[in-house]
Amino acid sequence: MTLLPFLAAGWIFLVGLYGMVTSRNLVHAVGCLAVAQSSTYVLLLAVGYRRGGTAPVFADIPVGSTVVDPVVQALVLTDVVVGATVTALLLSLVIQIRKRTGTLDPEALTGLKG
Amino acid sequence: MLDPSRMLPLTVALPLLGAALLVVAGRLLPRTANDVLATAVAVTTCAALTVLWLRAGDGRVVSWAGGWRPRHGESVGIVLVGDRLGIGLALLAAVLIVAVLAYSWRYFDEPPERHRGSFPALLLLFEAGMCGFALTGDLFDAFVFFELMGVCAYALTGYRVEDSRPLHGALTFGVVNSLAAYGTLLGIGLLYARTGELGMAQIGAQLAGHHTDALLVTAFVLTVTSMLVKAAAVPFHFWLPDAHAVAPTPVCMLMSGVMVELGVYGTARIYGTVFAGPHGIPAHAYQHTMIGIGVLTALVGAVMCWQQRHLKRLLAFSTIGHTGLFLIGLGLLDPHATAGTALYVAGHAGTKAALFGLVGVLLDRHGSVDEHALHGRGRELRLAGGLFLLGGLALSGLPPFGTGLGKALAEHAAGEYAGWLTAVYVLVSAVTGGAVLRAGLRVFGGAGPAPRRSHADIETSGEGEEPEVRDPRRAVPLTMTVVPGLLLAGSLALGVLPGAGRAVAAGARAFGDRAGYLADVTGAHAALPPPPPPTAWTGSGLLLGLLSCGLAIAFAAAAVWLPAAPERALRVLRRPAGPAHRFAVVPLRRLHSGLLGDYLMWLTVGMAALLLAVGAQL
Repeated sequence: MTLLPFLAAGWIFLVGLYGMVTSRNLVHAVGCLAVAQSSTYVLLLAVGYRRGGTAPVFADIPVGSTVVDPVVQALVLTDVVVGATVTALLLSLVIQIRKRTGTLDPEALTGLKG
Repeated sequence: MLDPSRMLPLTVALPLLGAALLVVAGRLLPRTANDVLATAVAVTTCAALTVLWLRAGDGRVVSWAGGWRPRHGESVGIVLVGDRLGIGLALLAAVLIVAVLAYSWRYFDEPPERHRGSFPALLLLFEAGMCGFALTGDLFDAFVFFELMGVCAYALTGYRVEDSRPLHGALTFGVVNSLAAYGTLLGIGLLYARTGELGMAQIGAQLAGHHTDALLVTAFVLTVTSMLVKAAAVPFHFWLPDAHAVAPTPVCMLMSGVMVELGVYGTARIYGTVFAGPHGIPAHAYQHTMIGIGVLTALVGAVMCWQQRHLKRLLAFSTIGHTGLFLIGLGLLDPHATAGTALYVAGHAGTKAALFGLVGVLLDRHGSVDEHALHGRGRELRLAGGLFLLGGLALSGLPPFGTGLGKALAEHAAGEYAGWLTAVYVLVSAVTGGAVLRAGLRVFGGAGPAPRRSHADIETSGEGEEPEVRDPRRAVPLTMTVVPGLLLAGSLALGVLPGAGRAVAAGARAFGDRAGYLADVTGAHAALPPPPPPTAWTGSGLLLGLLSCGLAIAFAAAAVWLPAAPERALRVLRRPAGPAHRFAVVPLRRLHSGLLGDYLMWLTVGMAALLLAVGAQL
């Protein structure tokens, strides 16, 4: 296996992180969190990839043919569900923040410090 | 009687089922029926965990979901593994859930009309996440349960959507924790790439055939970071005071009492089963790193705790200080320290939850949690005040509280490793206990001169909090004082009853027995581990407990009554303290800026530092 998918996953994670650190909009920040999360999809799918493998569904292919790892696909599915829950909850919090404070700028939320 | 291995999944399934029931039936049932249903489910879970705790004995209860056991050393099944420490933590969570349900019985007097069951349903979901996390033997499941408990905690923190500060705290909490959790998933992916396994024991067994290299160190750091974020280890701790300051009081009781400690447990469990074997992360590298992080966390927590006037933030920073001590205790990789830390965690949970509960009484009465504004206003709450001061003493390690016994055992083991660690234990528990005593004396006793109102730009005052109840004219609900009292009594019982200590010691032995864990999961037999460490009070433990308690009283008394001293004497004292305050404390407080970007920056810095620290020690 080449190193490329791992580097790509690391890059996506860092890009998402950079976006969150420098974000001036909470919707953008939550979007960047989703970007960072998608690095896990890339990494997991890359880990399960088999050269020349097909989808691990044995309905129309002979038993014993090369397939990609079905375990990581189950992991990614679970990960998608977890990510959707987290993103939905965080976005609903952002909507409420906008309603209460009238701003989406994280730098303007200064109620908690010290 | 049910087979214990069949009961193990029930402890996760029961609260999940209860939560689903409450969401569906909650809007049809009256409020009392909702509370009764939630309490019944929580009590049943508690009972199941108690039975499991008794029957687990010195060994482990192993349960393969759906009967998918490993074949020829390979497995695709998912395993739950309960030993005394894991089951004990789940039991602690379940007991606290019952306490919180009782505490908040009349707390939210007007739940939203159409979602009457939502608060107890979220509590039960939270419980399911915590129990699952404490009992899982599978790394990917640990991530899923981690996120489940995380999501519930974010939602519970931001439960009061009318106010902007809880929303802010919940968002920071959610973003920081979730990002770290995705890092963990990357780490799990790397481990799967290396070993082809997801079970902790299976990965641990497979890693013995590989070499320690950059991939393993990266996987270790990524996996452990989210646990350290949950455990609020410095510099990953910034979310905790913000979330605790704004979360509803019952939620603070749970988060400080058990959720944060689960992060410490997760760190130790993952290292102990996955990375501790041959060709893993060497023990000395782990010890040094964890003790370093622990000491830093304990000191930062103690200093910041002393500075707070917002009572919930004060308690939150004291939790950070104590988590640092727990990290040291479990980082020593010594059964004595593990037993002591486990007792310390249980005692701390009772004490801290009680203290948060009593702050909730103040919030209920006065709509404020500000130490300065509440000066003397808690005088009529005699019972609550007495309990609060007792809680402060227990927090500082007063014998014979469970916190005192746990601290004595852990600091003895730490002192054998390095003498100065004992001083850290004494100092941190004295300062955090002293801060609580100071606040208690001022608020409930009206002691000393009223503090001058300051409007510094570096702090959060506790004024202008939304009271969590609608009608301040009614009396304080009885449960709001009784539950903290019972929790403190439980903390006391842990230090007094010799059976509790013995059981925890046996659990600590099983926790440190990596070979036994691997053998139990794969179905092999392992040699019996050495006998459990003793957990009785010793003379030196009693003396050190009394010392830290005395120091706490001295600190509190000095803070409360010194301002009344003549101005000349004060000036002498201020001269050396001024620069220390200006150059050390103020910058430290400014770091806690409340800004999401800063916290994520610190998360990145912390991960990089961890990577360098572990990598350099190979």
